[in-house]
Amino acid sequence: MSVMTVEGFDAFYGRSQALRGFSVELRGGEVLCLLGRNGAGKTTALKAIMGTIRRTAGRIVLDGRDLSALPAYEIPRAGIAHVPQGRRLFAELTVAENLEIGLSTRKSSRRALDYALGLFPVLTERMHQRSGTLSGGEQTMLTMARAMCIEPAVILLDEPTEGLMPSAIAGIREAVIRLRDNGVAVLLVEQRVDAVLPVADRVAFMDHGEIKARFTIDEVRNDLSLLHRYVGVGA
Amino acid sequence: MDIAPYLLLATLEGLVQASVLMLTALGLSLVFGVMRVVNVAHGEFYMLGAVGAWLCATLIPGHPAISFAVALIVAPLIVGLLAALADRAILQRINYNPEATIVSTIGISYIIQQLTLMTFGPDARAVDPPFYYNIRFPWFGYSSYKFFIIGVAVALVATLWLLMKHSKMGLLMRATQYDRETALNFGIPVGRVYSAVFAFGAMMAAVAGVLVVPNSQAHYLMGHDPLLMSFIVVIVGGLGSIPGTIAAAVLIGLSDGLLSVFFSPTLAKIASTLLVALVLVFKPQGLFGKAGRI
Repeated sequence: MSVMTVEGFDAFYGRSQALRGFSVELRGGEVLCLLGRNGAGKTTALKAIMGTIRRTAGRIVLDGRDLSALPAYEIPRAGIAHVPQGRRLFAELTVAENLEIGLSTRKSSRRALDYALGLFPVLTERMHQRSGTLSGGEQTMLTMARAMCIEPAVILLDEPTEGLMPSAIAGIREAVIRLRDNGVAVLLVEQRVDAVLPVADRVAFMDHGEIKARFTIDEVRNDLSLLHRYVGVGA
Repeated sequence: MDIAPYLLLATLEGLVQASVLMLTALGLSLVFGVMRVVNVAHGEFYMLGAVGAWLCATLIPGHPAISFAVALIVAPLIVGLLAALADRAILQRINYNPEATIVSTIGISYIIQQLTLMTFGPDARAVDPPFYYNIRFPWFGYSSYKFFIIGVAVALVATLWLLMKHSKMGLLMRATQYDRETALNFGIPVGRVYSAVFAFGAMMAAVAGVLVVPNSQAHYLMGHDPLLMSFIVVIVGGLGSIPGTIAAAVLIGLSDGLLSVFFSPTLAKIASTLLVALVLVFKPQGLFGKAGRI
């Protein structure tokens, strides 16, 4: 059964149309990956879901509740978390303060924090450190942990492995799998196809602000030429 | 000539000035730090506090301390409400566009000034201090009310510091300051935070206005100087930096007191303006700390 349904999103940057009828449906415990070239509209789609860019058309429903008319700050409170591109930590705040902001979004219990720190134990040793001084990998872990503190039904991940070392990428991948296994729906935007294939259940290819094709991960694995056709990556 | 009494007097006057300046400038700095709004109407909120204190003194019979205590609470609350309304009605609607907010707050400033002039007239109004006790030093007596001003300012600044560093509201304000979009992504109602910050900044100016009026007089044009001095303090201290604003207010207040006593008030103003020019040339982010950090 679908947890989140997005139907017919249109959005503009000035006069340029950035999203055209963008629609996705996510079930609990699945990872849907959005792939596409730079400028295809993937990041814009996530921002439109979060309400931080204005939609001119479309509807979003979470667990049967229509969120379309809600102000942006109500979307995370409803249960959708966003890990944005470039991490976007509150760099001057400590690790503990960043996590506290995550916990306060839906007044989550201490259990949510324990769960997040269980996935990224290195953060426990850094609680009083300013988050801007963490390494790149640790900063990504903190953005993931902060989003998990919301106890979301859906999590939107925008290129979480960007600029990370292979060991850190493995940690992020493990976290995505744990989220999925715990019933959280994951909408993953990635440039790195190799980071997607081990964790995704379905793949949607975007171009010019709209979804051009959808496949199961097995269909993609069995026909890697799809990647070349839609995102220009060699099979 | 024995310089000690003059030095003590100048230091005390400088500290009183620094205290009032600290409150006014912190309000301006907070609004800029969190909202990135240059609030040109800030001086009028200061003036409204002073006029509110005069109004309370006129309307409430009995000992001046009673009307003063009422003014110290009621005037900032009313000014804060007015500021929140101005934020909702004007600043939110122009989406806090930097250029448009400057023009709008100039407009708000004129509206407040002219409404005050039309309602209360052009005369300067004196207000009695809440108490008259003089503290005796070996060379002169000094008003205990001026020590009261210093005490209230220090207490309020300490409260603001604790609020920003250790309260949930302070955490949300700081998060909003650092990244508005990410704050929205964590359920922080940025619009409401902005209204609260704008109101709180105006309330600090109004408290300063109430405190200062027994030493000067309430007048519809009295907001100009504090606005100018607050901008000087905020630029010298570093835009949006609370520790920088406090340090710059003390520096400028004390230098103003010392130069005014030993030379002339005009020279004191020239020195402050020169300091701003030097800071803008050699350390544009301000003397203390990083720009934009609370």
